[in-house]
Amino acid sequence: MTLTLENISKTVGGESHIDDVSMTLEPGSFNVLLGRTLAGKTTLMRIMAGLEPPSSGRILVDNVDVTGMAVQKRNVAMVYQQFINYPSMNVYDNIASPLKLQGVAKAEIDKRVRSTAELMHIEHLLDRLPQELSGGQQQRTAMARAMVKDCKLLLLDEPLVNLDYKLREELREEIPNLLAERDTIVVYATTEPMEALLLGGKCAVMHEGRVTQFGPTTQVYHNPAFVETGLIFSDPPINLVDAEVRDGAIFMKSGHQVPLAGHLSGLSNGKYTLGIRANHLSVDPTGDNTIAMQGQVELAEITGSETFVHVHFNDVSWVIQEEGVHNPRLGEATSFYVDPTRLFAFDANGKLVAAPPVEISNGKAA
Amino acid sequence: MNKITNNKAWFLVLPVFFIVAISAIIPLMTVVNYSVQDIFDPQTRFFVGTEWFEQVLGDSRLHDALIRQIIYTLSVLFIEIPLGIAVALTLPRKGWGVSASMVLLALPLLIPWNVVGTIWQIFGRADIGLGGYVINLLGIDYNYSQNPMDAWVTVLVMDVWHWTSLIVLLCYAGLRSIPDAYYQAAKIDGASRWAVFRFIQLPKMQSVLVIGVLLRFMDSFMIYTEPFVLTGGGPGNATTFLSQFLTRMAVGQFDLGPAAAFSLVYFLIILLVCWVFYTVVMNAGKREEQ
Repeated sequence: MTLTLENISKTVGGESHIDDVSMTLEPGSFNVLLGRTLAGKTTLMRIMAGLEPPSSGRILVDNVDVTGMAVQKRNVAMVYQQFINYPSMNVYDNIASPLKLQGVAKAEIDKRVRSTAELMHIEHLLDRLPQELSGGQQQRTAMARAMVKDCKLLLLDEPLVNLDYKLREELREEIPNLLAERDTIVVYATTEPMEALLLGGKCAVMHEGRVTQFGPTTQVYHNPAFVETGLIFSDPPINLVDAEVRDGAIFMKSGHQVPLAGHLSGLSNGKYTLGIRANHLSVDPTGDNTIAMQGQVELAEITGSETFVHVHFNDVSWVIQEEGVHNPRLGEATSFYVDPTRLFAFDANGKLVAAPPVEISNGKAA
Repeated sequence: MNKITNNKAWFLVLPVFFIVAISAIIPLMTVVNYSVQDIFDPQTRFFVGTEWFEQVLGDSRLHDALIRQIIYTLSVLFIEIPLGIAVALTLPRKGWGVSASMVLLALPLLIPWNVVGTIWQIFGRADIGLGGYVINLLGIDYNYSQNPMDAWVTVLVMDVWHWTSLIVLLCYAGLRSIPDAYYQAAKIDGASRWAVFRFIQLPKMQSVLVIGVLLRFMDSFMIYTEPFVLTGGGPGNATTFLSQFLTRMAVGQFDLGPAAAFSLVYFLIILLVCWVFYTVVMNAGKREEQ
């Protein structure tokens, strides 16, 4: 099935939650909705599911208007941030419940429940009650409940956010494989850029109720169409600085000068915003053409494998991502280096005008 | 590890010892003391062993009161729990109606027991009470001071009026804690209203319901003030429950020995039932923790 949203808007009490969203989800596609909290991801999913009617616009399934159709008739399934299972039913009955309500024959239910449970690696837990399971197992049960139905649209609303780190990684790796051979449209909402990249597929970036960009995930990552997209689709958010092009060079507000070369050579005179991701800044000079900058260390976050150094210079705060553990002294002046070939340029309206060419491999994670 | 000893700590424990001794241990031991002696005056007393216990346990009036008490408590639970759940389910979930209904529901809980008794005593009178007058007008011969059944029902209605709110508030709190996503999930599955209640709302209310049942059991099993104010336990013995019976024996007839023996039996009954409830609650809690 193909799901098409046509100019969907949702206003609640005069406040716009979804603002003119149009998109087409291909059969069997994996779509990531990426946006901050309150960007409208959940509302958009609820509208897709039919749990809420849009204020205006149409929803088409294979070119048939289903805008007003009740959710029960739409063959959708949803997995939530919270682990939603029927508390008094064991895992088997939980997974079987949607099939029972559909009136599927008993033998068929048994077969499908067991195969889905096996797929989710919970076949040994079928007799347990949800309270007797760990968070990861509870969410696996909830996902099995959603998948057993063979629905046409599967909505996953930040399903991994309440799991601890290890379980999250484990399930995140499994999810694309679990859904690969299905003809189901999957929509997966997340706030984390990393998760979007790991899941692949297509990505729709949401900001304040709008879908600002929709395309293959890596392409969106490498070409964020707007400054906002860049901020949302980078963790830590992309570093920005105001700049001006004149006299054949780029002058950053901080006084640094970037040659008008490479992918930036096409920029005409005027005001721009330059952006660079934290992993393309370094405290060591990495190449010949790097630009040295000075800043004050404000904060250093050590995650274990990486250190995020927050530096401040000329009213601008940037974050540098360094591999390994570093312990710069706070307040200390430090030098860091910008690789000009990794700079994004956005025009005065915040639209992308120049993006660095996509590297095939540069040693550092993209 | 070296154990640190500081004898001053005993002084910190002393007040608690003192308070517990005065409030619980000494009175209880006094009752035990009374229950095994026949006392005529402070100088004249005889040790009688288990005689009072035997007398009390064989007393048919006590059996009647106990049966009356059990029927009453069960009626209270069977009416208040389902009614409380039903009302909680119909309460609004948002808007001004929430605070309005909360205030209305909390009102009966704020009224002292004896005032509740007085309110219903007047309300139920056929001559000056609105309730009693209307019921008689409907052709039902209602008079709580003469008809045992009427008195019994009045005490029951009084308790339902007074305490159903508690169950409602507990259940409402339980219901409010269910994330909206559960209802959405049920809707997507196409579950019926009954299925939502049976498989989502009821299990989620389980823990508050256990507390509600425990509170209502203990409280209704010790009911004293309402029937005392209404008819003083009458007419006849229709509304003489255990604590009424006990008071009459101890304070009315000064049968301190049998009254003390019966107090201990009463105490043990409540202790036993509470222990059973406690075990159930703890097991339910344990199951959830796992």
